[in-house]
Amino acid sequence: MSTTPTTSESREAGPVGPDKADLQPARLTHGSLPRRAAPGVLLAAAVLGAALWLLGVFGPVAATLLAAALYTAGLYLWSRSVEGARKAFDRFVTAMVTSAFLLALLPLVSVLFTVFDRGFERFDAEFFTYSMRNVVGEGGGVHHALFGTLIITGLATLIAVPIGMLTAIYLVEYGRGRLARYITFFVDVMTGIPSIVAGLFAVALFQLFLGPAARMGVMGAVALSVLMIPIVVRSTEEMLKLVPNELREASFALAVPKWRTIMKVVLPTAAAGIGSGVTLAIARVIGETAPLLVAVGMTTSDNFNPFDGRMATLSVFSYTQYASPGVPPVFSLDRAWAAALTLILIVMVLNLLARLIARFFAPKTR
Amino acid sequence: MAKRIEVNGLDIYYGNFLAVQGVSMTIQPQSVTALIGPSGCGKSTFLRTLNRMHELVPGARVEGKVVMDDQDLYGADVDPVNVRRQIGMVFQRPNPFPTMSIYDNVVAGVKLNSKRMKKADMDALVERSLRAANLWDEVKDRLSKPGSGLSGGQQQRLCIARAVAVQPEVLLMDEPCSALDPISTMAIEDLMMQLKSEYTIVIVTHNMQQAARVSDTTGFFNLKAVGEPGGLVEVDATDKIFSNPSVQATEDYISGRFG
Ligand SMILES: Nc1ncnc2c1ncn2[C@@H]1O[C@H](COP(=O)(O)OP(=O)(O)OP(=O)(O)O)[C@@H](O)[C@H]1O
Ligand SMILES: [Mg+2]
Repeated sequence: MSTTPTTSESREAGPVGPDKADLQPARLTHGSLPRRAAPGVLLAAAVLGAALWLLGVFGPVAATLLAAALYTAGLYLWSRSVEGARKAFDRFVTAMVTSAFLLALLPLVSVLFTVFDRGFERFDAEFFTYSMRNVVGEGGGVHHALFGTLIITGLATLIAVPIGMLTAIYLVEYGRGRLARYITFFVDVMTGIPSIVAGLFAVALFQLFLGPAARMGVMGAVALSVLMIPIVVRSTEEMLKLVPNELREASFALAVPKWRTIMKVVLPTAAAGIGSGVTLAIARVIGETAPLLVAVGMTTSDNFNPFDGRMATLSVFSYTQYASPGVPPVFSLDRAWAAALTLILIVMVLNLLARLIARFFAPKTR
Repeated sequence: MAKRIEVNGLDIYYGNFLAVQGVSMTIQPQSVTALIGPSGCGKSTFLRTLNRMHELVPGARVEGKVVMDDQDLYGADVDPVNVRRQIGMVFQRPNPFPTMSIYDNVVAGVKLNSKRMKKADMDALVERSLRAANLWDEVKDRLSKPGSGLSGGQQQRLCIARAVAVQPEVLLMDEPCSALDPISTMAIEDLMMQLKSEYTIVIVTHNMQQAARVSDTTGFFNLKAVGEPGGLVEVDATDKIFSNPSVQATEDYISGRFG
């Protein structure tokens, strides 16, 4: 077996066939490209692509693709002639993976760029301190919609988190047999409910009691919680399953009853994951539009009472500003983009919060 | 107050799989009972039935009697939590609570059950338990640090301290020294010798010398054949088992001829 462990940190790209014939001691070294080989080839390919683009031979997209292909092929061939087949294949796959990653990143960067670019037009103090009351044309803001979103999402969290967490605790700690299987199945079904259906469900539910004209913040909260519950159940379930059984047994062996074991050992151990899971669930529903449109409607002025009448929310605000702009439309459109930017920033903050929660609650070893 | 445990015709199942069959033995109070035998013969399984930890495995069940204080531990109205209050356990693998400090790990039995205790009493309990487990000197300056930051052997001694801190009548130990260095092992053995004046101790071990050193009674478990359930082959005074066992299989195992 002529093994070829490399001096560099490369992973094994494929099995190396044994070479029984030669009885010379296995070579542990092989040639390697200069340290800046990869950036160099990339630079050359990029320069070539840019030149072809500037000369008008290719469009920008074709030139980029050509540069990427040149880089991959060039580096592969060069490496193959110097470093051998395995290292060359390693470099080839690395290039492919990197390109796929960049491709996947493209829409995200584009969306972020557009929203930031167009949203900053109206991202000012007035935007956050004024509602749309008596505003036609210029000015106005999202004071009402911002707080509407926060109130409705907060209520939805209050409904969904206890239900979701208790369900997950049941499934992991108690659930055996048929009931648990049914619950798991229906949670899966719930995950696939289209958000508009959740909105219609909330409308139908409340109209049973309040008549056909009912529109309230809490209806939207119920609709959002229907979307949130399966996410909370799933993420909490995964986290609880990660808690080693040995910890439960250690607790039981100290004569701690099961419910105390769950409260004081299992949940604290999983707290980091549960916390960040909940935060991500909030981030997931905070931008929902369709269910809020049907269940909460829209208003132009402050209404912070979720049990009384229509409320504004950022997503629906953005939608209505865009769908029915005034004349000239530019003020409405600016407001729509700024509202979208606000929403994105909130989601970003929530994601950051999730990471902080995970770090803060994680069991420490030092 | 140490307790005597009498086991009578115990069959232990995992679902439909009969893991251990027909164990009958008496575990004497104020003594150390060692259980030896080849891997997979059901020593841990048997040990876990003594404080009703076995039934935590889904589908696991037990037939037969385990009697302590004239009460069948598997009687209809017996609360397993009360059983475990009297019969503590140290596991094969160390399992300190990762969210708790060293201090909190030691008094976990008190704190998790929300019992009230004066701060001074609790400090004393922590020191006493950690000294008993030969860990005090190593951790006394970092009691508020997480327990999972200790080395494997230290963690195991922490778990022993935790089990001792609730002052059970009976202490079950499943290979408590398999992760320990000789010095800590000696300390644990000394601890067992001390504790046996007040407690009943049952220890599973793969270390013959350890069984010979610390135990008063030794039980030898074995599988009759591959695929058959395990069972207790013989149980007798440790001296007798190690010098003149009455079953050939025991002698073979002890002298290293199989297993
Ligand atoms: N949770 C479980 N579910 C099903 N079968 C199990 C389970 N735990 C153990 N068994 C089986 O029960 C038998 C006895 O296992 P046990 O763990 O008691 O052996 P042991 O004597 O402690 O071995 P070791 O010395 O390796 O620790 C084995 O056949 C094992 O496969
Ligand atoms: Mg075992």
